[in-house]
Amino acid sequence: MLIFEHSSQGRKGAPQSPKEKASIVAIPEALLRKDRAALPEVSELQAVRHYTRLSQKNFSIDTEFYPLGSCTMKYNPRACNTLAMLPGFLNAHPLTPDAQNQGFLACMHDLQDMLCEATGMAVFSLAPMAGAQGEFAGVAMIDAYHKSRGDHERKEILVPDAAHGTNPATAVMCGFSVKEITTLDNGDVDIDALKAAVGPQTAGLMLTNPSTLGVFERNIEAIAKVVHEAGGLLYYDGANLNAILGKIRPGDMGFDVIHSNLHKTFSTPHGGGGPGSGAVGVAERLKPFLPLPVVGKTGDEYCYLTAQDCPQSIGRLSAFMGNPGVLLRAYIYMRFLGREGMVRVAEFATLNANYMMAEAKRRGFTLAIDNRRASHEFIITLKNEAREHHVSAMDFAKRLLDLGYHAPTTYFPLLVPECLLIEPTESEAKEALDGFMDALEQIKHEAETNPDILHAAPQTLPVKRLDEVRAAKQLDLSYKA
Amino acid sequence: MPFIPHTDQEIAQMLETIGVDAIDDLFDEIPSHLRAGVLDAIPQGMNEMEISRLMRQRAEQNKSVICFLGAGAYQHHIPAAVWEITTRGEFYSAYTPYQAEASQGTLQLTYEYQSMMTALTAMDVSNASMYDGASSLAEAILMAVRANRKSKSRKILMPTTVNPVYRKTAHTIVKGQQIELVDVPYDKATGTVALEQIKLHGEGDITAVVIQQPNFFGCLEDVDAITDWAHENNILVIAVINPLTVAVLNPPGEWGGINEGSESNQVANNKGADIACGDGQPLGAPMSAGGPYYGLLCCKQAYVRQMPGRIVGRTVDLDDKEGFVLTLQAREQHIRRSKATSNICTNQGLVVTASTIYMAIQGAQGLENTAAACYANNNQLVEKLTAIDGVDKVFNSAHFHETVLQLNIPADVALSGLMDKGILGGYNLSQDYPELDYPELKNAILVCTTEMRSDEDIDTYVTAMQEVLNSSDVSVASLAETA
Repeated sequence: MLIFEHSSQGRKGAPQSPKEKASIVAIPEALLRKDRAALPEVSELQAVRHYTRLSQKNFSIDTEFYPLGSCTMKYNPRACNTLAMLPGFLNAHPLTPDAQNQGFLACMHDLQDMLCEATGMAVFSLAPMAGAQGEFAGVAMIDAYHKSRGDHERKEILVPDAAHGTNPATAVMCGFSVKEITTLDNGDVDIDALKAAVGPQTAGLMLTNPSTLGVFERNIEAIAKVVHEAGGLLYYDGANLNAILGKIRPGDMGFDVIHSNLHKTFSTPHGGGGPGSGAVGVAERLKPFLPLPVVGKTGDEYCYLTAQDCPQSIGRLSAFMGNPGVLLRAYIYMRFLGREGMVRVAEFATLNANYMMAEAKRRGFTLAIDNRRASHEFIITLKNEAREHHVSAMDFAKRLLDLGYHAPTTYFPLLVPECLLIEPTESEAKEALDGFMDALEQIKHEAETNPDILHAAPQTLPVKRLDEVRAAKQLDLSYKA
Repeated sequence: MPFIPHTDQEIAQMLETIGVDAIDDLFDEIPSHLRAGVLDAIPQGMNEMEISRLMRQRAEQNKSVICFLGAGAYQHHIPAAVWEITTRGEFYSAYTPYQAEASQGTLQLTYEYQSMMTALTAMDVSNASMYDGASSLAEAILMAVRANRKSKSRKILMPTTVNPVYRKTAHTIVKGQQIELVDVPYDKATGTVALEQIKLHGEGDITAVVIQQPNFFGCLEDVDAITDWAHENNILVIAVINPLTVAVLNPPGEWGGINEGSESNQVANNKGADIACGDGQPLGAPMSAGGPYYGLLCCKQAYVRQMPGRIVGRTVDLDDKEGFVLTLQAREQHIRRSKATSNICTNQGLVVTASTIYMAIQGAQGLENTAAACYANNNQLVEKLTAIDGVDKVFNSAHFHETVLQLNIPADVALSGLMDKGILGGYNLSQDYPELDYPELKNAILVCTTEMRSDEDIDTYVTAMQEVLNSSDVSVASLAETA
């Protein structure tokens, strides 16, 4: 039932708003609203009950194991939320003079420094509001760098075929054309294909390492050399930074620019689809181009750097300072971990993934890439099950929901047929991993003996399988009374 | 170990299953000479008690002030229930609702958000939100270029009454795509952009015109005339709105169409802005040093397939029961890759959650009362301030809850004097409207009131302003002498 269907005309909910409507005296009639907006009219209790009940129709980290590959669904510590919502932060207007905003700016400056150390980059900007915006900023900086050197011919960005969809979409948005580089069966980039692809038109290569195939790119030094010798720059998509945190740093691998998804590696909540943060870090030569704002420090005073301080900046990406509430949560999380905790993130995320991969193999599943270490995630391909029992990865995913587990990422990366991309994260205990593997094994057995159970799943959730074709054809995007 | 549950025994069992001796063996594919050493520049970890102490100290360093500053972020009252519900773990720690059956809470809520936003703006379609108001304007411009197939110029008319940081952000985001943003100056008497100026800059093929209502100065633009002129000339209209003010002001979906009944069908059939965008912050998001907020983005039905970002649709399940899914995903980057409408992946889901609950609790009447109180408070403040010798209104047009005032001392001197008295007194306009072009704005500030400013707050401001102007007489005079 929609909130609109709880509405009764004339019911006034709120003791929150001013009791009376003040009169509007000096605005011409033509500029005023004629008909009141058709919003629901409910009591506060009705609203609270409705949205509490809606929340209970969600899977979430707080309620279920959520091994969604490439999304890093780790525990979001409650203290990060509580402390980021202290009144001193919430009531700060974004244009508060720096002198009155020192507490907040100090956190941001510390966060920039910690991200530099964790990634091996020279300097960071916290401005981008999501991973895709971080990518945009990174590619725009690559563009600005080449142009600042009078090099206007570099119009192509290289992207491995295993990359996230945002990579090619971003390159196009920045005015580049995209060339895809093939990936070998062992998960490494096809370096011969890369050598053949680079040239004076190459602006850069966007790479995720470990890749979306769940393995570390072993030839990273050779790749960096090929790209750099061709005059291109190397972009690091930080989607999988959780796998290597404190173990190896993108800056040390030769990357010139990176974005870090703070909502993954640094545990800020996903919030049902955002807000995120895609902070960008760069090597020294790209420093002048960083997006604004950046937080600087003079003596003991923190300040926002302005366009006057950074005349070559690619500019602003948002009205104010990215997503400060998200940045504060990431900062608090990093202070919890400290330097020793960072390394343990990568270690235990990797331990969990490799344990599950070994268990998957033991239980008869086919791995997309066998005989290699998993990063913090790994891939099962269900192509055999699909062929023999006519069940798809989607059927497995829906059946997992019935058994109380959020499904892994399905059908990504696109290279692997009928795949499940499984990322447990470090914050899950062994019994959660075992429980999940038991469920997967049970489903495999069901697929062999009674595949209709899978086809009909889910049965225990608020709705059964939904008609997506109808949703796209008979568009119903808003309630009409 | 923070947030890692493993016991020694479990670690041993897991390593044995994997077939390695130590966790570090799992990293043996990484070239050893590239391995990181100790991250010295990162401090050692803290426990929750220590971090709480640190963060409370930092939060307290941010001084508490009475806020008369707006300029794109507004301090409104937020009912306690809003963030209590929003930060329930089931909303807070859920991912993007790709598994629809396990995400009906987020999906239905987003559908309700889209419904409320279309009701409020009188537009046909809303998406599930963009990052913020500034970036939603950039996406609206990119969308207009895709949607206006009759136009080839990729020229966008951009009045300088549009929020300066929105204009800067739009420039950053669209400059890679050969789109030209043409500045249109405002009328110095009204603080609004005159249709004549727009026409002057709008000759030839124009793709879209941007109108902010209320504009950055708080003044009300003649949106009907501009919308109709644009539609007569095959130009799309992009509205930039404050979603709270449209509870009182004519919503973008109703702009124009005033020639109804005349022979100009092009106008009559084309009522309303084509795309509406803006920042959702006034509807339930705290100022929070700049975010997270969210960008609203709405459009006419005809352009829905050009819309970037996530959209939720209502459908049915196998038993014909109502349910909700992400729809029209063929527009998006994870399907279309380099041919997507935008690279955007995320929306600001959690802030949209808060905003939806805020709108449900407030209702249309609550929003109207809130918006009207902002307006009335601003009138009261401006009336009292302009009674002071040395404070004048700059523009003579109608305004909403922000007003440009001219002072007889430099704006930065006045604002820092007010700050010393615990008042965030407004926005210094000289930064974005430099004196060379607009000498009358050199001492100008933009002052804002919301429903939260009490009569007492307003009187405190007025008294403080009086004192600041009085005490500055001497220093300004001596400044003038040395100059």
